[in-house]
Parts: sequence; C-alpha cells; structure tokens
Amino acid sequence: MTGATAPDSATTSETTTSDRVNGGEALIRSLEMEDVEIVFGYPGGAILPVYDPILDAGLRHVLVRHEQGAGHMAEGYAHATGKPGVCMVTSGPAATNVVTPLADAMLDSVPMVCITGQVALPAIGTDAFQECDTTGITRSVTKHNFLVTRAEDIPRTIREAFHIATTGRPGPVLVDIPKNIVDANNPDAYFEWEWPEDLDLPGYNPNLTPADVDINAAVDLIMAAERPVLYVGGGVLKARGAQALLELAEMTDIPVVTTLMARGAFPDKHELCLGMPGMHGNYTAVTAIQRSDLLIAMGSRFDDRVTGKVGAFAPDAKVVHFDIDPAEHGKVRKPDVSVVGDCRISMELLNEELRQRGLPAANPDRSPWRQQVSGWQEKFPLTYEQSQDGELLKPQYVIERLRDLSPSDTIVCSGVGQHQMFASQYWEFNHPYTWINSGGLGTMGFSIPAAIGAKAGMPDRMVWAIDGDGCFQMTAQELVTAAVEKIPVKIALLNNSYLGMVRQWQSLFYEERLSEVHLGYDVPNYVMWAESMGCVAFRVEDVDEVDAVIAKANEINDRPVVIEFRCHADENVYPMVPAGGSNDDVIVDPSQTPLLEAERAAAAIAAAEGETA
Amino acid sequence: MNRPGDLAHHTLSVLVENKAGVLARVADLFARRGYNIVSLAVAPTDDVAFSRITIVVDVESAPLEQIVKQLFKLINIVEIQELSAFDAVERELMIATIEAPTETRTQIVELVNIFEGKILAVGPAAITVSLDGAPSKIDDFETLLRDYGIRDLQRTGRIALPKMDRSVPVLRAVGDS
Repeated sequence: MTGATAPDSATTSETTTSDRVNGGEALIRSLEMEDVEIVFGYPGGAILPVYDPILDAGLRHVLVRHEQGAGHMAEGYAHATGKPGVCMVTSGPAATNVVTPLADAMLDSVPMVCITGQVALPAIGTDAFQECDTTGITRSVTKHNFLVTRAEDIPRTIREAFHIATTGRPGPVLVDIPKNIVDANNPDAYFEWEWPEDLDLPGYNPNLTPADVDINAAVDLIMAAERPVLYVGGGVLKARGAQALLELAEMTDIPVVTTLMARGAFPDKHELCLGMPGMHGNYTAVTAIQRSDLLIAMGSRFDDRVTGKVGAFAPDAKVVHFDIDPAEHGKVRKPDVSVVGDCRISMELLNEELRQRGLPAANPDRSPWRQQVSGWQEKFPLTYEQSQDGELLKPQYVIERLRDLSPSDTIVCSGVGQHQMFASQYWEFNHPYTWINSGGLGTMGFSIPAAIGAKAGMPDRMVWAIDGDGCFQMTAQELVTAAVEKIPVKIALLNNSYLGMVRQWQSLFYEERLSEVHLGYDVPNYVMWAESMGCVAFRVEDVDEVDAVIAKANEINDRPVVIEFRCHADENVYPMVPAGGSNDDVIVDPSQTPLLEAERAAAAIAAAEGETA
Repeated sequence: MNRPGDLAHHTLSVLVENKAGVLARVADLFARRGYNIVSLAVAPTDDVAFSRITIVVDVESAPLEQIVKQLFKLINIVEIQELSAFDAVERELMIATIEAPTETRTQIVELVNIFEGKILAVGPAAITVSLDGAPSKIDDFETLLRDYGIRDLQRTGRIALPKMDRSVPVLRAVGDS
C-alpha cells in the first residue's frame, strides 16, 4: 500500500508549512470552520476515532442519554438560535435512533447537520456489527445525505452539508462517515488540510429573490382585496422575516393568523393578530380565513391541520402564495399568484412596491372587514371553566399563570398533544423564536430535549418546556443530561393521567370507548423521578399553590426544575374542527354550537341578499 | 397494459450528477410520493460527471408539475427537461425471442425486414430479433409478433433528446473559411 508510511513521510519530506491531518481531526476542524459551538452527541464504536480529537477541540460536546435526545436538542438549538444544530452519533442503532429527529426536522424545515459513524468501508455491505444502511434509511427524512468515502473529502462534504442545511428551505442533512477514513492509525486517512473555497453543487441553487412581475401581481391583488388575511407560516421565521411582516401588516391593515409553526412571528398582543388557525385554532382565525377574499400565504404550506377539508378551505379566496420551495406552490391549493423566494426578501420587495403605490396613505379602507373580525373576537374568545374547589387543575389555567409569571421573552417548548394545543392557544407569544414545538411530525417527547437544546443555545433566556405525562415518559432521561451539563431548563408537566388527545378523540368519535389511554397519576412518581435525575421537583394539586410554586421555580437557575401539575382529565381542547371536516364546522365549545348556527344562518341570509341586490 | 406510447405518459429527461445512489434517490422519490414510473433508462453522458435519466412518467398518478418540482428538490439533479413527442426525438430498443417453427419462420423474417429490424440468433424452433426505433413503432412490432408466440421480450425503456431548432443551420461553419 503506497500510503503506508504517509504520516512519517509527511513530517520528514514536507516543508514546515505542511498541515497534515487525519479524517477525524479534519471533521472536528471542519465543524470549527462552520462556527459550531455545541455538538449534541453520544459516542460508540464506529464514531470512536472522532471522539478523540474532540478532547482538544474548541467546541462544547453535550453528552446525551439517548441519540433521539441529541437530535431533538440540535433541533431546539436551531429553532432558538437560527443557527444549524449539530448532532453526532455512532452507526447502526444510534443512526436509527436519530431517524425520528431527522424526520421531525425535515417536516418542520429545521436546519440541522447530523454526523453518523459507519463501519469501515471494506465492511460495508457485509452485515458487520452495528452496520445499517444509514444513507438509505435516512434518504426520505433528510434534505440530503452523504456517505463520505475518502478522508480528503471530509472538509468539502461538511461545508456542503452546512450550506444545504441552512440555505433555501432549511432542513436536516446527514453525513455518514466510515470508521477507517477517520482512524488515526490508518495511514490512508491522512491528507493535507484544505478548506474548500467553492462548493461543488451544480444541482442546488435556491432562488431567493422573487421576480418583479410576481411581486407586482401580488400587490395588484392586495390592493383590490376587501377581506384579505395574512396566513403566516414557519417560513417567515426561517427567513428572519418578523420585522418585514410587521411592516407589511401595519401598512396594509391586514389581519394576521400565525400557524402552529409561526407562533411568535407576529406579536399576539398586536391588534391585527388573530392567533392560530386550524384544527384547534381559535374561531376568529379560522373564520377570517374562511370568509376572506384574499389569502396571502406567507411561508405556509396549506397543511391538512390548517385547511381541514381542502375543497371547503377559504372557498371565496384568491391565493397569493409566497414560499421559497417551488414544490409547495400548487401542491395543495393552486395559487392565483405564485411568488417563489425567501419570505423576508419577498416581503421587503412587497413593502417597497406598496410604498411606490402610495401606501400607507393609499391603502384601501378595510374597516368593515376589521369590524367583522373584531366582532368574532368579542363573541368567540377562547374560554374554559376554572376548576371548582377540590377539583384538580385546569391545564389552561396553569399555562396562563406560567405565562403571566415568566418573562415575556421566555422560550416555550412543547411536546405533542392537548398540552401543546393549550400552550399554543393560551401563551401570549410576542417575540419571534420563543415557541418551539414539533408541528409537522407530531413527535411525542420532543419538548424536554428541545428545551435543553434551546437553553444551551440561549443560556440567558428562561426556557419552559410544557409537557404532558405521556410525552414526559418518552424522553425524561434527558433531564439527567440537563442536570449534569448544567443546562437549567424548567419543565411544566401537565399530568392528567391520560394520553389526553387520544382520549379526546375516543371521547368524541369512538363513543367514549377509552382504549389504552390511561397512564395513571401516581406511577411513576414524577417528583421522585425528577429528583433522582438531579432536578428540583414540585407537585401542585391546588389552584392556590400554583403561583407560589411557579415563582419558586423561576428563581432557580442552577438546576433543572420539574413541576408536576395534577390536571383535570376531562378537559378537552376547543375550538375543534373534526378531522376531514370543513373549517366552517368549527366547534368553539359544545355549548356554543347554537350560537354558531345562528351566525351561519345570518351569514347565509346576508349572502343571499347580497346576490339578489 | 401501460405502454410508453400512451397519451397519459410524459417523458422527462433528467440530467443528474454521476454519483453513487442518485438513481436510488430518484426511484425512492417516485415510490414515496406515489408517482408511477412507466420506464426508466440511465447512462452516463459524454461528460462523465453527469448521467442522463430518461423517465417516462404516468401523469395520471400525479400532476406532472408536482413531479418535476419534487424531483428538482433532489440536490443531485442538475436539470430537468419535459419532452413531448412533438419536440423530441425518442428511441427505444427491443429484443425478443419468438416461437418460430419452420412453418412460420419466414413470416417472422418478413416482418423483421418490413420493420427494418435485425435477426440476432436462430434456433431450431425460435429466433431472437431486435428492433430499435420510435416507441410507437416498437409497440406495433410487438403487437404483430404476439400472434406467433413471444418466449421472452425485453425493452430498454425510452431515451430521448430535444429536437434541434430547425431555423438554425446546424453546420454553418462549413462555408466560412
């Protein structure tokens, strides 16, 4: 083998400027070149050689307790900071354990780079120990993936991985690295270090700047609209476009709905903000879309949880769709005007063109529409009934108290289920990047590791994870990571002893035949469990104790805190659009159904009169 | 049976980076989004850095626009051309072994000659023939052969290139000197 003496000959025959590295060193150095500050990871056989240079690296490694946790921490970090999250795990079972976070990041467009070890190249395809076809398995849950076959390709591949993950529509990228090319004992794993200037991606060139003609067409529709709604999705946050959105909405006086992925992109306290649309959206957000004559979809993708029955979604509305991903245009709803580009750049161009046309002075009078919308807001606010004496807590109440007793820029993470919907509904999000959840994939157990990732990236901010008892039991072990690594997150565990959302569906659609949804209040003992993991833990069962315990938790900043709130099991999430139903059939609350029917009858009469007039 | 010549089909000429796993990415995309592939042909181009995949897709399984947009999201795909039969030259190769006892053998040979095909091998009771041409011509030939009994048949799937623009003389340089 010609390279057998390479390391030695390098030191003797090369000049002093020689910068020979092995693949493992090159990998860590490449991460440093990409300004990576934290890697969430877990070592193991095939990735072992990379864990040696980590000892000397200028980056922090957070040792997780399960590889899924590493992936979600990288996601939480990326959501909170806007920088790509990085996780690193070994081959085989470790790689399959990160499939869930990769799929999660794929559906929520989270920039993330995942490095997996792989068995040595000669062993690939031989069913070697801890071998799996990582690039094959993750192909459909990554934006792109790489299997690196030569040590000298590592810097370029890492650079391309970060470029792909963070540009265009962001997403997860996986780099699979066989053990032999990072092995310090393999002479062939050494090469002369070089950080590539250029990328070799002839097929990747995302279009950031929209065409003028499309912006003009969008402005034409906006100027002509009487009942427009800005339907804002996660793309606005990914594009760092909150400021441009505020300007657009205020200049045009157009109400804004923020989807589950966009909570915080527009301040909830703003008079133009209608809150969240969709299956558990509030009545006004849902109905404003349904009655609108122009839907300005901004970085949103017409997800089924927003549209309900697609054929009945915003039936009278023309659609202007802004999205950086051309494939989202026309995937679900055919737009009248399609604007492909980065949402922030698009909105800035849009605002500029609107000013050219004389706005804000020349803005059409939309007060009738605004009045109609505020009428709905007054008539159909979010409501729940406070618990009676001796009853367990209402989850909505707990979230309201958390909200009011924590700083307004608190970062809130959630798992998936009823608590997630309550959190999105009852928290008031007034800052971008303060809401982190698993929207697309609906990954239970997301909140604890995501909160840890967020807190690691934003150590000066308060981070609350609002979790359910089902979710908590899926990833709670990461609280050990939080305690040991001194990442003081706070967990509000809304323990209602049930898989609440499944129970809700069984109650409403399966004749209350509750099947396999009861978890129980007492086993595990959450307080003991949390304490055993190095957390401070409290249990709250009484309304009167809520504030004091939250205040106590908010003062602790050296350890993770868990508060178990014993919650009422019978509480259902409303409003609700039954799955597959039309958004016109939103149930605000079972008791309010007659009111809704009256409203609809009045609308029908008004529409009929409008036609005859 | 779906044939490459059917109207519900559309031909995509896809230029890809010639890297390991690219074909799997394309096939995987079609599978996971529920698009149907009618035929697929892959080979390197004159530039070894790139391959061309010619895919005949069933546009009844999904709108062509979505298929093209989703394909283009694959990082290794460099260019996609949609080719209709009117603005493309298309070719396909078929080889087939046909039952050919002495009483029908001359008829088969005659057919092969009419279609300007080739006879590749002759056995006691069968012959192997080949034909290249436009997919519709191959369809016709296959239909006619079926009456004699097809023992084995293999088609390559369609390959295609855009037609050159007729208004531009292709060999303009010839008279310049």
